Amino acid sequence: MSRTAVMEGSFAVAEAVKACRPEVIAAYPISPQTHIIEELSKYVADNELSSKYVRADSEFSAASIVYGSSGTGARSYTASSSQGLLLMTEVLYAMAGTRLPVVLTGVNRTVSAPITIQPDHQDTMALRDTGVIQIYVENIQEAYATHIQAFKLAEDHDILLPVMVCMDGWILTHTFEPVKIEEQELVDKFLPPFVPKYRLDPKNPLTYGSYGDDEVPEFRYMMHFAMEKAKTKIQLIAEEYKEIFGDYFGGLTEAYKCEDAEIILVAMGSVIGTIKETIDQLRSEGKKVGVLKVRTYRPFPAEEIFEIVKNAKIVAVIDKSISVGQGGQLATDIKAALINKKTPPLVYSCIAGMGGREVNINTVKYIINKSENSLITNQVPDIDYIEIKRQYLE
Amino acid sequence: MLTIGAVCEAGKSRLNKTGSWRDYYPEITAKCTGCGICELFCPDSSITIIDKKCIINYDYCKGCGICANECPKTAILMKEERK
Amino acid sequence: MVTTEKLNLLAPGHRACPGCGAAIALRQILRVVGRETIVVSATGCVETFTSPYGQSAWEVPWMHSLFENSAAVASGVEAALEAKGEKANVVIISGDGGTFDIGMGAMSGMFERKHNITYICYDNEAYMNTGVQRSSATPYAATTTTSPAGKNSYGKMEFKKDVPAIALAHDVEYVATTSIAYPQDLMNKVKKAIGIKGPKYIQIHTPCCIGWGFDSSQTIAMGKLAAETGLVPLFEVEKGKQMVVRKIKNTKPIQEYLNKQNRFRHLAKEDKEKIMEKLQEICNDNVKRFGISE
Repeated sequence: MSRTAVMEGSFAVAEAVKACRPEVIAAYPISPQTHIIEELSKYVADNELSSKYVRADSEFSAASIVYGSSGTGARSYTASSSQGLLLMTEVLYAMAGTRLPVVLTGVNRTVSAPITIQPDHQDTMALRDTGVIQIYVENIQEAYATHIQAFKLAEDHDILLPVMVCMDGWILTHTFEPVKIEEQELVDKFLPPFVPKYRLDPKNPLTYGSYGDDEVPEFRYMMHFAMEKAKTKIQLIAEEYKEIFGDYFGGLTEAYKCEDAEIILVAMGSVIGTIKETIDQLRSEGKKVGVLKVRTYRPFPAEEIFEIVKNAKIVAVIDKSISVGQGGQLATDIKAALINKKTPPLVYSCIAGMGGREVNINTVKYIINKSENSLITNQVPDIDYIEIKRQYLE
Repeated sequence: MLTIGAVCEAGKSRLNKTGSWRDYYPEITAKCTGCGICELFCPDSSITIIDKKCIINYDYCKGCGICANECPKTAILMKEERK
Repeated sequence: MVTTEKLNLLAPGHRACPGCGAAIALRQILRVVGRETIVVSATGCVETFTSPYGQSAWEVPWMHSLFENSAAVASGVEAALEAKGEKANVVIISGDGGTFDIGMGAMSGMFERKHNITYICYDNEAYMNTGVQRSSATPYAATTTTSPAGKNSYGKMEFKKDVPAIALAHDVEYVATTSIAYPQDLMNKVKKAIGIKGPKYIQIHTPCCIGWGFDSSQTIAMGKLAAETGLVPLFEVEKGKQMVVRKIKNTKPIQEYLNKQNRFRHLAKEDKEKIMEKLQEICNDNVKRFGISE
């Protein structure tokens, strides 16, 4: 039987990872990822989990350790955040290129400097080109389910890419919600043991990490093709999850009240909850507004996004990060998804919530209000820094 | 068809005949006792000792001259390759 | 038919330079570790010349990922084997750049966590793969492309990093230095290391004809001279036991070694005599400290 318990987000993730029976876990502590790896180490200490748990000397080593263990055919897991994810970057490129199906939790926290432990998406955004699949979750229950699905996705022989579950630090890792924890037997049924396509094994000596003479473009193409395939696979896996556990968490996107919406907000992660609440309020006032949650940022579901927003008049994209010198990454990708279409909606790029600055109902209302004004003037600001404190800049 | 993740098979360097790099080639003379010292020092896995006889695989020998230099019996001579 | 063919686990056709010391090291190592082995390497000469896609020279399972993480990757390999209840020798073969410099942190972590891994560093004393740049393994006064001799420089101005001492400070199970010029010594030490459980460190002096500037036929001769002058002491320390040192009957003057390599050629000039003396002093100190003389 499944059980429902009120628990901290980090513990829910640890529960999910435990249920997936990783053979090797390697981790290095960084706030706000620590509760996940502490809880996992406790399971191992209490013999509730038989994983080999390697206390790495850095995030760089943690990623390298799971690189080695995954290549040796072991289901492998790590987690990090912020600077730690950046330190892993070089390994993540190699891991994706070598097609090693490691699952990792990317606990979103901003990046130095200045140093702070506040959440935003700057860290995982910096990893968007690595070849690692990125799925952003909205709440703790979704984080739980997505971790279980992530192993199945990563280890699928058509995919074989690392999968990172991105969840907002503190907002999701350190808050409490009721979480449905699934029965181990059913998780085992959903996720059988990892069957590697290749592995390091003296019985069949293979060479890993070879030197590319002339094949680099083809290997990149193959990775991109696997990402494309993942779009279908992610949905199939979510369907299968629903069949076994009764709940649906998955898909590339989630459209909330978008059918007739003139204004559609687009965002990722925990901020979706706040936006949905605002949408409900404004709908009751008769405003035609909706929100589109982008779950999988890589692969980027451009077609699906277009289908959802094509009848809207304006799309307001909230980025909790910035590509300095360019703008919001999600907004840029949304614009790219629409550019070759006939009569696409306007795209309004909003930067909000950086460094943990609060995005509340008023923030969302402000964005919707500005979207309405843009529709009147038919002019959209290139980029809008929501709630920048001007007094700091004077 | 390329393999996933650039993982590849063992021992396929044999496809690459490095013997063409050679300017000098080693010649085994009758003084050879098949002691195997040259085999241990050959960087290119181009020497095999079979039944106490030293056999050079000219498909791969790059002609570095280590074998001739290290042979305790001076049984290996380096000669210029005629190309 | 008695043949040495089966002992050879590095296939021919690899792309090492003619006279490559590192290739000799590989062949000698693989001969004793055997097929029940997984090798992990850092980026470097060995990685490049053995692993072109579709033309791998490895006859054992081999993994490379990056420059600075071979010890961490190997830790993962070992952890996976343990998790699966499988057995194989886990051996790292990385160069001095990947060991002394960029991979030092990962190696320290691996030692400290007590993984059952044999870390072997083939030390050719510079970044050869990228064109002979200085590493912290480069000997005192040697010129490299980033430590050239000039008006204000006599080559590398610092001493070689003592990595075996760093390994010993981690209280690892076994530490040894050896040289490709002494294959029995090398193979005995590797064999001993893989038979001991826990972390081990072996440093192999590996002359490089291109990087040091000598004829390709002299690779082994140069290795012998390095040991015979006392510049490169060959020793082993098994945990809890006395250090064992390879003795040299009559040590040779350092000049004999220096004169034969382009990287020390600048020292022939009169005004560099002091530097030459300093190098001789290093040798004399080694002879005394390790008890090299017979």
